[in-house]
Amino acid sequence: MTKGIVKGIIANLVQVEVSGPVSQNEICYINLGGVKLMAEVIKVLGNVAYTQVFESTRGLRPGDTVEFTEHMLEVKLGPGMLSKNYDGLQNDLNKMEGVFLTRGEYTDPLDEESTWKFSPIAKAGDKVNGGDWLGSVPESWISHKIMVPFALEDEYTVKSIVTEGDYKINDTVAIITDKAGKDVPINMIQRWPVKVPIKAFKEKPRPFKLLETGVRTMDTLNPMVEGGTGFIPGPFGAGKTVLQHAISKNADADLIIVAACGERANEVVELFVEFPELDDPRTGRKLMERTIIICNTSNMPVASREASVYTAMTIAEYYRNMGLKVLLLADSTSRWAQALREMSNRMEELPGPDAFPMDLPAIVSSFYARAGFVYLNNETSGSITFIGTVSPAGGNLKEPVTESTKKAARCFYALSQARADSKRYPAVDPIDSYSKYLEYPEVIAYLNANVSPHWVDDVNLAKNILLRGKEAQEQINILGDDGVPLAYHDKQWKSELIDKIILQQDGFDKVDQSTPMIRQKYMLELILGICAKDFVFDSYDVVMPYYVKMINLCKQMNFLEMDNPEFKRYEAELNDVVEERRAK
Amino acid sequence: MATQAFQKIYTKLNQITKATCSINASGVGNEELATVSGRLAQVVKILGENVTLQIFAGTEGIGTDAEVVFFGKPPTLKVSDQLGGRFFNAYGVPIDGGPEIEGTEVEIGGPSVNPVRRKQPSELIATGIAGIDLNNTLVTGQKIPFFADPDQPYNEVMAMVALRAQSDKIILGGMGLSNDDYLLYKNTFENAGVIDRIISFVNTTEDPTVERLLVPNMALTAAEYFALEKNEKVLVLLTDMTLYCDALSIVSNRMDQIPSKDSMPGSLYSDLAKLYEKAVQFPGGGSITIIAVTTLSGGDITHAIPDNTGYITEGQLFLKRDTDIAKVIVDPFRSLSRLKQLVIGTKTRADHPQVMNTAVRLYADAANAKTKLENGFDLSDYDERVLQFAKEYAEHILAIDVNVTTDAMLDITWDMFRRYFNRAEVGIKDEFMNIHWKKA
Repeated sequence: MTKGIVKGIIANLVQVEVSGPVSQNEICYINLGGVKLMAEVIKVLGNVAYTQVFESTRGLRPGDTVEFTEHMLEVKLGPGMLSKNYDGLQNDLNKMEGVFLTRGEYTDPLDEESTWKFSPIAKAGDKVNGGDWLGSVPESWISHKIMVPFALEDEYTVKSIVTEGDYKINDTVAIITDKAGKDVPINMIQRWPVKVPIKAFKEKPRPFKLLETGVRTMDTLNPMVEGGTGFIPGPFGAGKTVLQHAISKNADADLIIVAACGERANEVVELFVEFPELDDPRTGRKLMERTIIICNTSNMPVASREASVYTAMTIAEYYRNMGLKVLLLADSTSRWAQALREMSNRMEELPGPDAFPMDLPAIVSSFYARAGFVYLNNETSGSITFIGTVSPAGGNLKEPVTESTKKAARCFYALSQARADSKRYPAVDPIDSYSKYLEYPEVIAYLNANVSPHWVDDVNLAKNILLRGKEAQEQINILGDDGVPLAYHDKQWKSELIDKIILQQDGFDKVDQSTPMIRQKYMLELILGICAKDFVFDSYDVVMPYYVKMINLCKQMNFLEMDNPEFKRYEAELNDVVEERRAK
Repeated sequence: MATQAFQKIYTKLNQITKATCSINASGVGNEELATVSGRLAQVVKILGENVTLQIFAGTEGIGTDAEVVFFGKPPTLKVSDQLGGRFFNAYGVPIDGGPEIEGTEVEIGGPSVNPVRRKQPSELIATGIAGIDLNNTLVTGQKIPFFADPDQPYNEVMAMVALRAQSDKIILGGMGLSNDDYLLYKNTFENAGVIDRIISFVNTTEDPTVERLLVPNMALTAAEYFALEKNEKVLVLLTDMTLYCDALSIVSNRMDQIPSKDSMPGSLYSDLAKLYEKAVQFPGGGSITIIAVTTLSGGDITHAIPDNTGYITEGQLFLKRDTDIAKVIVDPFRSLSRLKQLVIGTKTRADHPQVMNTAVRLYADAANAKTKLENGFDLSDYDERVLQFAKEYAEHILAIDVNVTTDAMLDITWDMFRRYFNRAEVGIKDEFMNIHWKKA
């Protein structure tokens, strides 16, 4: 084991003189008066290792001793992670004593004492590779697979496997033998370095299945797919976090991992408080039972903020390999990039744009590349859908983090300040945003087969009406209400109708906050039906009150369950209003 | 701060800049305090034997033979009930002529609260100002800045909010406060007879710039004592955070760090977050609420300081002069309280959220109508009505001199809705229309 001595300290960058071999990204512990501070090697120069410390370095002195561990930053994977609240280094926050976080306190992410009901899947004699399923234990409502450790790369033969029964995570549940005949005992725990992608799957095809989020402006207009990637940039106050929370509550995924990365603590508290209470409509259980929160708020040490997104991604990959649909949300990836910038700055590296490190685009794109839809070795499928938020400085999208992310992510949900200012929530700009998946033939085929035969045409039609409405609006602003043909007002208000009823959604209303696909289809067809009609107006000032009346009725419908008789009553009233001015 | 026995004294500086100096020393800890020629300094960088110190009072007149004494501990504050009603400088030394504080010595800038031990903020802070209570309701445990131009009366508004809010302690952290503003706070609090509830840590423009880096942590350390040990509701006022950030940039510049946007240090976000995230609702009932001021230059919120602040704080409040009514109002478009969702409609009347949103939407329509008017277009009947509504709304709701209860604010707004609009134009859920439309 290599040892070292502290030589220099600049904030959380500590220079360590080492007496033996060290490797890049190796973890070491710095001894500060009996408290062990975890640190990671980020640069080696001669016999000096530059380490970033995951804790405050207050009081650290030159001459303090350091021990290296010979492994990179790892997560501990096994049953019992569901519903846990971890910090960026996978410490179980609930196991920590006291109100304040104590420096150097590291807690076990799993529970050694709890027992799990193991059922074997593989049998003696089976040939297995890393990531193959040996057995399963029920973890909350999911079937948690006990897998051959990903680190085992060759083919192994199952020598023995225990019978169904209760076991603890440290108990040996199987013995597998390598080609040389060496036995490897397997328990329910495995470790994996967070910065290395888990590749224990067969193939990664283009994603094609819609991932319902219940958010209409996404599902209808710019759909996300299982295994897709997307990002949400927006200035502060535009509703990034509210949108992400809405997605996490309603998305049709087996498992949600929320990486609260360098954001506000009270927002995480909101998850802690609400998720154990909220019902998951798919399972009838509580939302918390399908959620893991990785929480490294803005006031927690900056180096573990950088680690937190990797920790979250690695846990996501682990569950994906059980054949689950995992949704990973990171809020905000800009804070992660800023953590990289702070370290790069302290190491006095030559800066790239806005003082970010030069390799930022590469780091971002290799991270997004870890998402995806995969077929596992046993032909079942699993996926990681990744949606990150970006907090662009000054709301200006021409900044390094947004630009790097734009190259890596396939969906772009642009939050607009103007929409947020006029309380048009979610403030996703319908014109600027896009989903590349809507151009995938696989996705088009899937949507047309599963939503309605002309769904993608309908969506493009709606987008077109929105665009024409915006153009009309601009003309009206330049030429004045009476300076444009009446048809311009009609166009503008048709687009307004789609905006108000389809795009805008009340995230705090019981019914409106989440819309199932079947209802999205119903409402879009209803609204497009109105948009397809020609209306007779004799002057421009009757256009607005007429549409406002329709919008008001549709809005009341949005607040009601579809099977509520009131819903039908409003719809009938709406039809009457439509008939009033319909061109005969 | 007197020298203690057996302390080693160093006398050979090898580098001096405007804010820092370096010396060869051994056994020194990171962030440790020291004195250089009697001036307080803090260790900011150690490279082998070479220790860099940031001197809070500046390095003017420091010689290469200055005496440097290390304290072996980071900056501390003595906390006890004796803090109440007292005025201190940035080092926590009394400046009101009173006695030294006796109490427990606590390191300032201590660790973060474990997020799972936090409670969700849920207690409304009533200020009587409708622009805040109705549209941007504040909650205990929240952190929110005023984004204000230097000519706006933010210190007056903040003092008013502090007095009206029902808090057990008000802690003022003044950074680069002009002497006049310092006296404004002092006199306002004295006249209101609440001086016992006030604790002030003040760095005025007459004091050295770098000193003010200590002020927010001093104030927040005192706040943590009262909120955690005494379960009190503490309101911390930090003014002006822009001047705090300027001091940060001076120090990082002197240490040859590569600046990021707007010459601010690359760590600005983390530096600010460490302070603002001290706002917390403790499980024991105590809370720390932070109301800060970030002055803007020409209303530019894309500058690194307001920008980073906005990403950390739970909303922001804008003041604006409304020329229609010749009063200062709380700008309903740009102001936002993120935590209001936790109390409006539950701790306040159920119609609160819808009334709030509708009024702001109509006010936005009025802004559009105004643009039309300015561009020389004819106004529709609706435009005329929203303009009248907007004026009345500004006068009776948005103006900062309004002081009524939240229920009264709602009733006033319903009354305006009914007088200027029809049911469809208001567009509120029928369940509320049925109760309040007729009644109004």
